[in-house]
Amino acid sequence: MAFTLRKDIADASRIINNTFYWTFISPFRGKPVRVRATVSEMVKAGYNSVPIVAVISFFVGIILALQAAYQLKRVGALIYVANLVGVSLTRELSPILTAIIVSGRSGSAFAAEIGSMKAAEEVDALVTMGINPIRFLVSPKLIALMVMVPALTMLSDVIGISGGFLLSVSVLDIHPYNYYQQSINALLVKDVFTGLIKAWAFGIVITIVGAYQGFKVEGGAEEVGRRTTSSVVASIFLVIIFDLFFTMLFYYFT
Amino acid sequence: MEHAIEVSGLRTRYGDREVLKGLTFSIPKGKTTVILGGSGCGKSTLLKHLIGLLKPSEGSISINGREITTLTEPEMDTVRGRMGVLFQGAALLNSMTIADNVALPIREHTKINESTLQIMVRMKLDLVGLSGFDHFFPSQLSGGMKKRAGIARALALDPETLFFDEPSAGLDPVTAAGLDELIFKLRDVFRMTIVVVTHELPSVFTIADHIIMLDKGDILFAGTLEGLRASDHPRIRMFLERKSEQEIYSPDDYFRVIAGD
Repeated sequence: MAFTLRKDIADASRIINNTFYWTFISPFRGKPVRVRATVSEMVKAGYNSVPIVAVISFFVGIILALQAAYQLKRVGALIYVANLVGVSLTRELSPILTAIIVSGRSGSAFAAEIGSMKAAEEVDALVTMGINPIRFLVSPKLIALMVMVPALTMLSDVIGISGGFLLSVSVLDIHPYNYYQQSINALLVKDVFTGLIKAWAFGIVITIVGAYQGFKVEGGAEEVGRRTTSSVVASIFLVIIFDLFFTMLFYYFT
Repeated sequence: MEHAIEVSGLRTRYGDREVLKGLTFSIPKGKTTVILGGSGCGKSTLLKHLIGLLKPSEGSISINGREITTLTEPEMDTVRGRMGVLFQGAALLNSMTIADNVALPIREHTKINESTLQIMVRMKLDLVGLSGFDHFFPSQLSGGMKKRAGIARALALDPETLFFDEPSAGLDPVTAAGLDELIFKLRDVFRMTIVVVTHELPSVFTIADHIIMLDKGDILFAGTLEGLRASDHPRIRMFLERKSEQEIYSPDDYFRVIAGD
């Protein structure tokens, strides 16, 4: 038990170390990141998740507005729905929702892709061709998620706030201009920015966990399935841990 | 005789189990060497050591005069640039066409322009008899064609040494014979050193110049085909004559086995 735990930590640190080396250092030593693969990963992880992120954010915006109204109308402060929706979405819910959707879609896909390549000796084949599998497989995914998770988070901010806005002006009878003014006054650049930093970190966490679980595959199809499942569970867990860390950091230092 | 690969005192352990028990042998240059042995005798592990995927617990491996057990990864990549490997399942990248698969090592390691590259890829595909299949994906090819495409990819950088892991496993006799012929051609025309790991006797008898037979992680025999045929070692005879090694239980032993103690 202690032995396997130590080995897991060693494997994980090797993957983290190699991923950062092949993504950020080796391009300056004449081994560039594969641009076409990066773009295709961006399309798969980012562009293709736009509909699901949009729909979920829209509904969460509505839900937030309703839940806020339930409490705020008792004290006659219904207009503060705008503050609550805006701040909680940008600071917290958009990044975490996006990260959960992306770990379900892309994190699992990374683990399954790398895992089945490992099972079919394709990873070994890359090594014998003198191609580093981390550079070939993980770096494009890392760059794609570092760009696309914050981008999706921004989208989620906008659509979630519009959801809250639509509900407030239709059901809660708040005047559209008042809602708009209230939102603008409540939101600070800092709120949006800390959300995006979180999203960026979540992108890294999801890629590393997916790659780690994928490279752990030794056997066949059954293990690929098991590793894919644990990549989703582990990345959601780690996303929450990192969220806690960043939220504490921002609470005390901004 | 010149040697392409020299191995001495190679030992490997998985946990407590010793898989390779101090192997010492050499593989002649420009010849076909077959590493023969039953399932689980350590021949695949040995191959993984020769191509640098595993590091041995003890011992040394030198390929064309370079000791590979102590090389760093970038240094190892230069050695790997001069060897090609065909994996058991061909291990083509499923997300790319056959042409892209063959072009991959060339694209990664050279700066040849695209039109020359296309010509090189077509030459390699023609060499293995796959002209016209450039734009197929690996999943659209049969097992034998996948292996041929795998060979084309292994040949992409004109290697000095080629390694085959079970080339005829899972193929019908006609397709397997076709692969054997291709291996012949590669040795005779390109003077490559070829190392084949297999347990298929018919193909051993056709292609082998030199044979290394492993049994339970040890070398049982090393020499020519005639030598192997003439050997009267009981394990070798069993292998050549396809005898099973099932032990015959006495009724008492059998009772003990099924009772679980």
